[in-house]
Amino acid sequence: MSNVWMYVLTIVLLIISAVKDKKKTKQALMKAWKTFENILPELLGIIMLVGLMLAIVNPEVVSKIIGSESGWLGVILSAVIGAITLIPGFVAFPTAALLLQNGAGYMQIAAFVSTLMMVGVITAPVEMKYFGKKLTILRNTTAFIFSFIVAYIIGRVVG
Amino acid sequence: MKIIKKYRFFMFTILVLAAVILLNRQLGMKALDIVGFSFKEMMMVIPPIFILLGLLDIWVPKETMVRYMGESSGWLGVVLAILLGSAAAGPLYGAFPIAAVFMKKGVRFTNVLIFIGAWSTTKIPMFLFEMASLGTSFALTRLAIDIPGIILIAHILNFFASKEELDEIYKKAESL
Repeated sequence: MSNVWMYVLTIVLLIISAVKDKKKTKQALMKAWKTFENILPELLGIIMLVGLMLAIVNPEVVSKIIGSESGWLGVILSAVIGAITLIPGFVAFPTAALLLQNGAGYMQIAAFVSTLMMVGVITAPVEMKYFGKKLTILRNTTAFIFSFIVAYIIGRVVG
Repeated sequence: MKIIKKYRFFMFTILVLAAVILLNRQLGMKALDIVGFSFKEMMMVIPPIFILLGLLDIWVPKETMVRYMGESSGWLGVVLAILLGSAAAGPLYGAFPIAAVFMKKGVRFTNVLIFIGAWSTTKIPMFLFEMASLGTSFALTRLAIDIPGIILIAHILNFFASKEELDEIYKKAESL
């Protein structure tokens, strides 16, 4: 698991913090909880939406849409699917590899992977809470457009 | 009442899921399965992120953050933003609260955005995984485009944000 080292680091720092100053450590933990509680409602909603969406949009559906002959239309569709879904990387990459084996194109897969990671339509409510509406929309739009550049270059280099 | 208002979106999605289960049991149960899986993932990944955020907020003085990542930190700030974002584990929604603490500590806005960009797409654990699944040339090419890409995007966003908007965002970060 990639997050083991985060746990190790957190625990070590917590111990150092507690040895140095108990009161400050307590404050830090309170702050952690308050921040978490602040975005918890959105997170729970996001998780439910993701569950519903992934039940409908499964690998079979996706591989039909983004075959290597699907061209730019396929690239656009893959980018849209990547933008609106939220799949953890350790599920997304093997799925992407499977799609490639089943005839999806490199350009389409690159667009999908790129928007999947950089664009978050579902997480936009959380982002807006911190960055406001305008910047959230702007960031996601720019990242969406950027993903086409990524797709084009990867299509040229790898495909 | 306040709690109901806060959680109304979540309650709405529960109703939707219940309706889907009633209408199409197979699809609904599959969705429920994925919800359970994502929930477990959240519980696994989130505690260290938020505790680190708390420790950062309490222990690291503003002056330190300003020196290394503030207005006049130059390339050092950019490199640190990329490294910190890339070293993280966890979904993008974990990056926003940390970005808020960065802003509270006086980190330059473009560096905050670069941090978000790096977190979203150049995470080291994910990179290794990408290399194994999609091949070295795919992963390396993407990384090579993404690093200048996230710096460019950060500057584009910074260019379009007005002074008032930035003040507002930084003020909000202070209170979160």
